[in-house]
Amino acid sequence: MSSNMSPESASHRLRQRNRAFVIAGLGTALLIAIFLSPFASSDPDGLDRVAQDHKFDNKAAEDAPARKLPFYSVFEEYAVRGVPEQIATPIAGLIGTLATFGLAWGIGKLVVRNSGSPTDDSDYPNPPRE
Amino acid sequence: MIQPHLALHIPDGFLTPPVILVTWLLAIGLIAIALNRVQADYKERAVPLMGVCGAFIFAAQMINFPIPGGTSGHLLGGTLAGVLLGPWAGSLVMAAVFIVQSVLFQDGGLSALGANITNMGLVGTFCGYYLYKAIRFALGRDNWRGMLAGTAVAAWTSVFIAAMLTAVQLALSETAPLGVAISALAFWHVLIGIGEAIITVIAVSFVWRSRPDLFFDPPRRAYSSASRSYTTR
Repeated sequence: MSSNMSPESASHRLRQRNRAFVIAGLGTALLIAIFLSPFASSDPDGLDRVAQDHKFDNKAAEDAPARKLPFYSVFEEYAVRGVPEQIATPIAGLIGTLATFGLAWGIGKLVVRNSGSPTDDSDYPNPPRE
Repeated sequence: MIQPHLALHIPDGFLTPPVILVTWLLAIGLIAIALNRVQADYKERAVPLMGVCGAFIFAAQMINFPIPGGTSGHLLGGTLAGVLLGPWAGSLVMAAVFIVQSVLFQDGGLSALGANITNMGLVGTFCGYYLYKAIRFALGRDNWRGMLAGTAVAAWTSVFIAAMLTAVQLALSETAPLGVAISALAFWHVLIGIGEAIITVIAVSFVWRSRPDLFFDPPRRAYSSASRSYTTR
């Protein structure tokens, strides 16, 4: 079927499928972060549990350096400050998911060669490394 | 009451300066290699998948699942990133996840960020990827069973190795005796690794069914029908 298509329409179709995948993937992540995060277990997790059992949890820095960053005035761990408890974690999940999406995309965009050209879908390999 | 979400995220204060220094050097060195390889080997098409992968792993890490005995665990995601994006872009995505967690949400210490990236991002991704690849290619690169077995075993093992590495770092920092740290972390992460394997298999199966051409090592049929890979290999 795809062999009947012109290269332009095949590459157009692939771009559409890629866009659909990005929307579906990001959408799934956002749904998880917003709607499932309130149901996350609040039991201590692996390392936390071990630290409590073996009494070294008190070694964790009380005044961690991350608390000196401006973000600490907005977030208290995975909760937004100053909003009702029911939405504090979902909003933090929304912001964190979008921030990670943006950072990972941005790193890729900066690093991947030929990132500038929108039509980079050729079958030709990139130029060899210098 | 919001509980701290540590999982394997080491907070500030658990590690001594020498351990912090070595883990930062490891993290920075491996990230530098990964940056080089991504620049040389990947195409533009990989970039959106990096964003999606990062978003999914961040979201999934928020969902702590209960472990019998009053503990919880959550996805680490190194194997997932490695299977979809390969070890190079995969480890960069994992680093992005840990940076957002520690800088925005105070989850995992800033000084321990190098250790967290090393343990869960780099070791999780590289061990996960190469183990998955060995098993999948041994059982048949193009069949679903090989993918499934490779993914499940690699996901479990990568969590276990990350936990063991954390134990060694805690012991070197004299935060906990080596035997105690190893046995206690091993005990819980044997179970947490099962959760990792289940979630990773579900996510990988979904991509395998809908877009097998997106895999770093795509099954050959998908590769030829899409005729375009996002790496230049």
